[in-house]
Amino acid sequence: MSSAQIEIQIIACLVAVACAIPGTFLVLRKMAMISDAISHSILPGIVIGFFLTEDLNSPWLILLAAMTGVITVVLVEFIQKTGLVKEDTAIGLVFPTLFSIGVILIAKNANDVHLDVDVVFLGELAYAPSYRFLINGMDLGPKSLWVIGTILLVTLLLLITFFKELKISTFDKQLAATLGFSPVVVHYGLMSIASVTTVGAFDAVGAILVVALMIAPAAIAYLLTNDLKKMLVIAVFSGIASALTGYWIAHYLDASIAGSIATVLGVLFLLVYLFAPKKGLISVLFRQKRQQMEVYLLTFLLHLQNHTEESERHLNHLSEHINWGKIRSKTVLDLALKNNMIIIENNIISLTEKGQGFTEKAIDYITTNSTVAIEKMKEDFFLFRG
Amino acid sequence: MEKKYAITVDDLTVAYNYKPVLWDIDLAIPEGVLMAIVGPNGAGKSTLIKSILGIIKPIAGSVKIFGKPYKKQHQEVAYVPQKGSVDWDFPTTALDVVMMGTYGSLGWIKRPGQKEKKAALEALEKVGMLSFKSRQISQLSGGQQQRIFLARALVQNASIYLMDEPFQGVDATTEKAIINILKELRKAGKTLIVVHHDLQTVPEYFDWVTFLNVKKIATGPVKDIFNDGNLTKTYGINYKVSVQE
Repeated sequence: MSSAQIEIQIIACLVAVACAIPGTFLVLRKMAMISDAISHSILPGIVIGFFLTEDLNSPWLILLAAMTGVITVVLVEFIQKTGLVKEDTAIGLVFPTLFSIGVILIAKNANDVHLDVDVVFLGELAYAPSYRFLINGMDLGPKSLWVIGTILLVTLLLLITFFKELKISTFDKQLAATLGFSPVVVHYGLMSIASVTTVGAFDAVGAILVVALMIAPAAIAYLLTNDLKKMLVIAVFSGIASALTGYWIAHYLDASIAGSIATVLGVLFLLVYLFAPKKGLISVLFRQKRQQMEVYLLTFLLHLQNHTEESERHLNHLSEHINWGKIRSKTVLDLALKNNMIIIENNIISLTEKGQGFTEKAIDYITTNSTVAIEKMKEDFFLFRG
Repeated sequence: MEKKYAITVDDLTVAYNYKPVLWDIDLAIPEGVLMAIVGPNGAGKSTLIKSILGIIKPIAGSVKIFGKPYKKQHQEVAYVPQKGSVDWDFPTTALDVVMMGTYGSLGWIKRPGQKEKKAALEALEKVGMLSFKSRQISQLSGGQQQRIFLARALVQNASIYLMDEPFQGVDATTEKAIINILKELRKAGKTLIVVHHDLQTVPEYFDWVTFLNVKKIATGPVKDIFNDGNLTKTYGINYKVSVQE
């Protein structure tokens, strides 16, 4: 690996981590679309900043462009508060307007500015190592490495310092307000970080990939854990993994690095969406199937409980009475036998004590919604897990 | 004799988009009562609680907690919001949600430690949820979620408890358990204000009541003012409630 290759991978990883952190909170606040809005509407900020500083990595440009991001949020909220349109409409109104102002600014000044719309959309990670950070002629590495490194450091510091505040204002804004934590301050703090990160990252990876790096790792992590801290860690690592995998795919296919990373993120999400142990599609379908089967079981047990007469409980007449096909009858019967809920004597089915207790508790739970009696049964039966 | 009031509301008017939701409310809630706020849908019950907490800014009037503005007194007040106001799919556990109750006394930046954890565990025990401490909150039933919210308020160790429909969507056992805890808190001298829907249980659960329908209809001891006259004035239809002695 050449040093440029290593530098590109380090930058990609730092961008991934810097995006995953605010992204996690955006996803939990159901504000994923805001990152899309910010990533586009910072364009006029970047262009104006570039006119003034002539340096894409200037801290002033980053702050100025980040301000455009915060203004976007303010505008969206302002329009939304009028009550005339909903939030998604407000987002759809604000960011294309700001973005197109940026596009016009670039077009009008195309001769003077080394900025073009392609780079804005997709970034160019491959060129990142060619802009060096020099002090007194000493080469300190690529500029964008320093930019995103600094942003990441600040983000991490803020995350560690204000983790409690972020958590409570994300989970329960009203409680946060009553306890004396201003949710507005936390909200705009988070929006500022998201904006600064977007600007810092977008030069390297472009507007589309910034969104992918903010949202996809958080969405992946959300499906894999029920713990906020773990969610942050998983988001960070899936960001890093996708950045590295994407880089090497791009390398072998000779394709866009940013595009490859975004594709890997999409594929990774799809895999997690399908195979996540608890929240994944397959696991959910399996659970639904089990729950359905348990409802059948309960129906069957209830039938036995309601009918003391032997004719209703005869093994051979079971499917007629309960109007089920042979296969379903057999499956339910096997399930009940396996759980020791019934006994069969002379082809007559009877409830065991366990079966009796189970039926009563389950019916009681379903009619009263009281969870006291069924708490222990949750482990074995999906039916009681809501 | 000057009575000591936990909360005093003076000429409070709240409007959403120029439509008044609360109209010139005067209210003095004595310390140590267990008070129900009753009224029809849209009467402004939740709004009144949120205005007391400073979550909603009134267009006129003021609220005082033990004679001072809320901002200076937030440690004195615990709030139990409606269960539906948060996302129960949030990645966190029952214990962690209860711990959030301790954040107010910690202030900014400082993190909860062993002392806060111990307090949260005690609160969980009090509401009968200790065995669920590590459970993800979406895996709790409606009644259990409400108990968690109550535990979170208990851990604040406040003097005043404001609760927005704590009995909504809970089973009978939980309702009994919650009301017992509320009565215990009152015995300990706390003031409790509860938005309540079930008129039948008002005389059994509460000793103080406020009738609200945009305007304040009446406020006072249940035994004095919980009658058909006030109910009719509040709900606008003839009401007959049998008050058991």
